[in-house]
This record gives sequence, structure tokens and C-alpha cells, in this order.
Amino acid sequence: MVYIVGVGLTPVGNHWSKSLRHLAVEASVKALEDYGKDVDYVVVSNMLSGVINGQENLGSYVVSHLGKIGTPAIKVEAAGASGAAASVVAQGLISSGAAEKVLVVGVEKMTDYTSLEDTTSALSTAIDSEYEGFPGGTLDAMHALVMREYMKKYGVNREDFSYFPLLMHKNAVDTPHAQLRFKLKPESYMRSPMIAEPITLLDLAPVSDGAAAIVLSKEPDGPNGNAEILSVGHATDTIAIYRRESLTEMPAIRAAFSEALERANIERGSIDLYNIHDYSSVLGYITTEELGLAERGKAPELFKNGGADRDGPTPVNPEGGLKARGNPVGATGVYQIAEAFLQVTGRAKGAQVEGAKTALTLSAGGLASNVIIHLIRGV
Amino acid sequence: MRADRKVGIVGWGVYVPQWRIRSEELARGWGRDWKRYAAGIMVEEKSVPGLDEDTFTIAYEASVNALRRARIDPSKLRAVYVGTESKPYAVKTTATMLIEALGAGGEDRLTTGADYEFACKAGTEAMQSIIGLIGSGMIDYGLAVGADTAQGAPGDALEYTASAGGAAYILGPAEESIAIIEASLSHVTDTPDFWRRQHERYPAHTRAFTGEPAYFKHIMTAAKKLMGLIGTTPDDYDYAIFHQPNGKFPLRVGTRLGFTPDKIKPGLITPYIGNTYSGSALVGLAAVLDQAKPGQKILVVSFGSGAGSDAFHIEVNDKIEEVRDLAPKVMDYVNRKRYVDYTTYARYRRMIRMLHDFSAY
Amino acid sequence: MWAYWQSVPAHWREIPARYRLEGGECQDCRYRMIPREDICPKCGSRNIKPINLPRKGKVVNYTVIWNAPRGYEYYTPYVIAIIELEDGTRLTAQLTDVEPSDVKEGMEVEMVLRKTRVSGESGLIAYSYKFRPLIK
Repeated sequence: MVYIVGVGLTPVGNHWSKSLRHLAVEASVKALEDYGKDVDYVVVSNMLSGVINGQENLGSYVVSHLGKIGTPAIKVEAAGASGAAASVVAQGLISSGAAEKVLVVGVEKMTDYTSLEDTTSALSTAIDSEYEGFPGGTLDAMHALVMREYMKKYGVNREDFSYFPLLMHKNAVDTPHAQLRFKLKPESYMRSPMIAEPITLLDLAPVSDGAAAIVLSKEPDGPNGNAEILSVGHATDTIAIYRRESLTEMPAIRAAFSEALERANIERGSIDLYNIHDYSSVLGYITTEELGLAERGKAPELFKNGGADRDGPTPVNPEGGLKARGNPVGATGVYQIAEAFLQVTGRAKGAQVEGAKTALTLSAGGLASNVIIHLIRGV
Repeated sequence: MRADRKVGIVGWGVYVPQWRIRSEELARGWGRDWKRYAAGIMVEEKSVPGLDEDTFTIAYEASVNALRRARIDPSKLRAVYVGTESKPYAVKTTATMLIEALGAGGEDRLTTGADYEFACKAGTEAMQSIIGLIGSGMIDYGLAVGADTAQGAPGDALEYTASAGGAAYILGPAEESIAIIEASLSHVTDTPDFWRRQHERYPAHTRAFTGEPAYFKHIMTAAKKLMGLIGTTPDDYDYAIFHQPNGKFPLRVGTRLGFTPDKIKPGLITPYIGNTYSGSALVGLAAVLDQAKPGQKILVVSFGSGAGSDAFHIEVNDKIEEVRDLAPKVMDYVNRKRYVDYTTYARYRRMIRMLHDFSAY
Repeated sequence: MWAYWQSVPAHWREIPARYRLEGGECQDCRYRMIPREDICPKCGSRNIKPINLPRKGKVVNYTVIWNAPRGYEYYTPYVIAIIELEDGTRLTAQLTDVEPSDVKEGMEVEMVLRKTRVSGESGLIAYSYKFRPLIK
């Protein structure tokens, strides 16, 4: 059994005066103070520190700046799922007895790249670099191909995608640490500039800096709140989407979900909220369909009719998701788990889903080519 | 010059980029009266290479088309020579990339390869060498390409005609050819009519001096000497193709030599696409091969500044009917077009100094 | 800014694929793929031979890119498509010589060789396959 026993977050945004180390230290100190005791291992999650910040060896880097020199530490990377992957590694350390208390800190400092072209190139390290990137493809372009296929297959038009970012932004208004805390007007979506047709700016998560930290322990000994990690489900899929049988189905999500349910031995009906990885609106829609919240092609209606609202039957991304809470890529997975932890321990403040006890987080690297699901329950 | 072993053209192919700019638009860019220029040179519009095109990509597609007509396995090519004055690399032979792209010389790449430079006659120079290699029995098949993305100095008279395109010729044993190269001749002197110094972007030229002492003298000398040596007269030929820097010069030199315009016009492509420099005479020859009948005789005389001319006496045989339609023709490429304005032209020709030239587009 | 600078060895080893559309065919299940894999994604066999894939195909999906990665910014807007070659093999490629608004699903295209990534004024020119509508 592994428990989440402490949490610390920095707000997500453009932190010009803070570098990787400032962000990592800020979140880590908050989490350690929340927990009140020491840790014997540090797992750092990050995707782009080498590419953008010229810094690897993040295990040593973080412990050096955290004043924990000597503590074992490593960096874990799985593109957008890095944070969740770090949690998986931390759980393994605890379950195997190699550690008793692990600090998992996700950190990303994207805004050190100021040109859009460079950021696009950096994010595109998540797709196949030789056979999708080299011809001129980008991560956003791959989402665009999925979106076009989805629209064609289910007869969905562009306006039907607006419900997703609209809800995300509405939720972020109530979330203190979110990056984009303003409501969106429906007209804004239709006027949003094209990134890679048909994906527009408002279909995509923003560029963000941030750090989130959680403490995992083999005992529920957190003084301010504890949650049990019921299970993890983890599956991969082909990295290059041109090799896939279908662009509108994400079997890795299905596989990870059924593994998580089985290991946790719970029914899907007992899940009170879903914190999913919405790098794009269409990935958000397909994810909800693969999780069984809507039938294939029907996710737009779920979001349009309030089914995914915070006070609806199946709340999705009550904090605003990647779209509005923000996406400091390698840290996002930890933000998701941290947010779910706050929800199931009743401390999510404005974003609180009433009575939430069991939460699902889903982190995805690339186009659901690496999917990690956590099921957690407040203790 | 005649080889002991007879050599012929086994396959031919061309490529012309789809972009065009009208002479009128070029003149507008410089506030000039286009009617004065266009009428004087008989060029209405010229081809412009796209952002992702260069001499190698042009040579490649022309060569692929030549292979389609030649119907030989590319591994049989044992010589690949590319004639151009717009090499993508000043040092790194375009032929190396072409060899790799085609698979010439087989898996072990047992082939010779080089780039030739002789201004607009680099392609026919390449051809002369290949004739020698095949004629001596050293190889059986060789590829000669003349291709360019010619650099027209902005605001200069040559900007109206410096265009992009190329032609590829696979030569082989006469008995397998669609046309036999019965004889050829080259005439080279030091006549500095047009040149480009090593690090300069654009060539310099000497205006009227490029006419009589250069173009006319060398073409007429090579043509007359070749015909004299093999005992032919203009009446013996069905087609006469000359280097075509504009639409007027080939007609003028041809007439002076004694050819009628109806023999010159089929091979005169510059009025449609401008002067493809090393491709010039060779694209003209391709246009003629696209229509020539078995038994017809062709005279080709190229001209390269610096200066020199290569002359060839070519006789078409029956095989040409079998292969003519196996690849796109010159007019298929001429008729495939999209117009650009001067701004886009300047972008495509890399005439604008960019902030971050990371891609050197 | 690192992204535009093409590694020379990395491009050189891809030349058979980039210049000649060389892929692989599994000798056990006949699955064809580009790039040529060491292990067949379908049946797990190690017995994969290089094969020159057909040069013609059709567009099965596409997008028009406005936000380009570093090194491709002067080409925007450009089209990235998933192409199905005549033998069923799929690959992702850039389209060229076509207006983005003229691109349609099912459009027949053929391979051409074009400049893909150029490392500034002094670096390598990396040529690679692109696809364009048929000439004839």
C-alpha cells in the first residue's frame, strides 16, 4: 500500500524570475512542510530540461538546491506522462522496501524558449522525430490529424469542440493555482487562430512554467490529509500515429483503465471525478469516450449538456485541465495527482467536487502513446 | 569527333518547376516598361524554382524521367555527370547525391561521378565525356544532366530570362538507342563574355560583347565545322536546336547558318519558361525528341559563356515511338504553372535577408 | 535553436529511406513498413528485408501547418499528410507543389525529392521525399 501524504504546488504561469531550481524548490518545500517529516528518496519528473534549459542530471540538480545532498534521486521522463511515471517509480521504491518516504516533484520551465518555433520543436520531441518530425510534422499537427479524422467519422463540426475549452476555462476561474483564470466567450473559439488545421489556439494547452510536489509514504501518516493509491494502470501505444489502425481510438487508455479498475477492485461508478490529460480538445473528447463516460463520437454532447461539469454526474477536470490550469509538460502529471489528492481530502477549495472520495487521474505522453492512470481514494 | 563504338540516346527526361513570373511583373518590380524588354527578347514569362527545389532536385526528376524512357535498371549507369552553374554546394558534387538517389552503379556504387561547369554548355560537356566513355567501351550506360536555378541579378536585363529547369540524357550503345549521336565537335576559346567570380551571388556580363564575339561566333564555328567534317548542309536536317538565352538569338543564328525558322521553332522553349542555362539546349532537344519521327536528323549546338560550343549530329530511329510516352513531355511541364508576384519571387530566390536564416530556405 | 541543425550522420544513415523510399518487408507475414524495423511490429519476426516502396499513393488524412517547428517556418502554410502508398504502406510526409486549399482526401500523389531541412548558409542540405499531385 502506498499513500499520498503531502502536497505542494506553485501557481502555473510564466515565471520569468524563476528558473528550474526555484520552481522545484518552491513546490518541494511546500510539500515537505505539508507533510512535516523528511523523505529518503527524491524522484524528479520533467520532459524538456535538456532541450530547453540545457540541464540534465535533475536528480542531483534538485537535491543540490533543496539542501538534501546525499539523498538518492533520479529524473523520470515519459513526455506528458512524466509526472505520473515518476509516481509509478516512487511507488515501486516504496513497495520494494528501497524507500519509505519519497518526494515526487515535477518541474518544467518552458518559457526559457521565447520563440514559438523553438517551443513547437521542443514539444515535438514527443512524436517520431525522424518519420513525423523531420518531414515537417509537429505534435500539434498530429493532434490535428486525429481531430480531422474524428470530425469526419462522427460528423462533428468545429463548433462542437468549443464546449471543451469553455468548460476548462470556467473551472479554472475557481482554481487558485491555474494559469488562465478567465472565462471564454463561445465566439472566441470560432475566431481562434489556426495552428494546424483544424486545430486552433483554443484547442491547445498553453505554454507554462510550474512545479508540483507530492510525498508518498508506506503509512498514511500525513498530518493534513491522506489518500491511498488504489491502483495504477499503464499501457503504451505506437509512437507514430501513421502506424496506427485507427486515429479516433486510443486502446492504451482502455487497457490502462481496465487494468487500474481490476487492480483496485472497484466499479467505475464509484469514481467521483476524472482528471484527464487534455493536450488538445479532441484528445480530451476521445479520452472521455475511452473511459466510458460517453459513447464514441458523443463526447461533445457530454460537455455541452453539463455532464462533465464540476457539479455534474461525471466531473471532468474540475481545476480546468491542461487547457486552463496549464501544462508545464513534465510536471503536469504531478499536478494532476496533487489536484486529485486535494479533492479526495476535501481541500480543493473553489474547485472542490462535493463529496469526492475516489478520483481517477490520466496522464498521457504523446498521442496517448504512454498512458498512466491512477485511482486514488481519500483515507 | 566520332567514337569507335557507336553511341546513342537511350532515354531523355526533363523537369521544369511549376512557378512562373511574368516579364511584366519583373519589370514592375523595378519600375520599368516591360514592353521594351519582353518584345526585344521574346520571353513572356520564366520559371522560378520553389522554396524546396534546387539544381539537385531538378536533376533528379529529369533523371527519373529519363530512366522511365530508357527502361534500364539504374544500377547499369556507370557514369553520372551533372552540368550546372548553380551547384547547391560549391564543394560537394551534385552527382554524388544523384547517384545515391538513383542507385547508379549498383549496390557498390561502381560509377564515376562529377559536376561539370561551363556556363550554359555544362550539360553538353557532360554529354561529350559520356560519349567518350561509352564509345571507348569503358562503360555501357551513362547519364548526362544539364540543370540550373539560374541567378538573375536583381534589376538586371538577365533577370527577365534567368530561369530554372533541366534535362537528363541516358546514353548507351547505339543498337539500344532511340537516336544515334553520329558525330560531335567542341570549340572552346577564352572569350570573357559572362562570368561569376567565386563568392559572388550573381554573374556579371558584358552586354553586346556577349553577342557577336561570343554566342554567334562559337555557335557558327562549331556548326560549320561539324557539318563540314561530316559533309552535311542545313537542308539535311529536320531540326536545328541552339542554345537559347532568349527567343530571338536562336532564330538569328539559325537563319545565318541557313536554317529555316520551322526547323528551329520546335526546339525553342525559352519563350515559355526562360533560359534554363545548362538546361537550355538540352531542354530544346527534349522538346524535339518529344515529337521527332524515325529517320529525322537533328543538329544541336550549345553555347557556354567563357566561351565555347558543343555541336552534335543526331539521327532518330524507330525505337523512339516505343518510349516517347513513358514520361511527361516538355510541354506537360511547360503547361503546369502557377504565377507568383515579385515579392514571392524574391522570397523563393532568397533575395531577402532574413532575421534568423536557420533554414536558408 | 538546436532543432534546425541537422545531424550529418543521422541524415546520412536515413538516405536509403529519404532518397529512395526504402522501407522493410517482413519475410514471415509480408507486412511492409517505413522505416525498416529490426522487429516486425505485426508478428515480431526478426526477418525483415529492405525493399523499395512504390512511389505513388493517395492522401488519407492531412493538416495545414501554420505554426512550424524551427527550420520550417518559411514554408508555412504547408501540408503534412498521411499517405497510403499503392501497396498499402503508410507514411507521414509533406506535400509540395500544391495549394493547401486544393488538397483533398483520396488525392493521388507521387513521390518527389526535395530540400527538407537546410542547416543555414553553411550546413548540410537534407533532402528527403515529399509528395505532390501527379503530373501525368
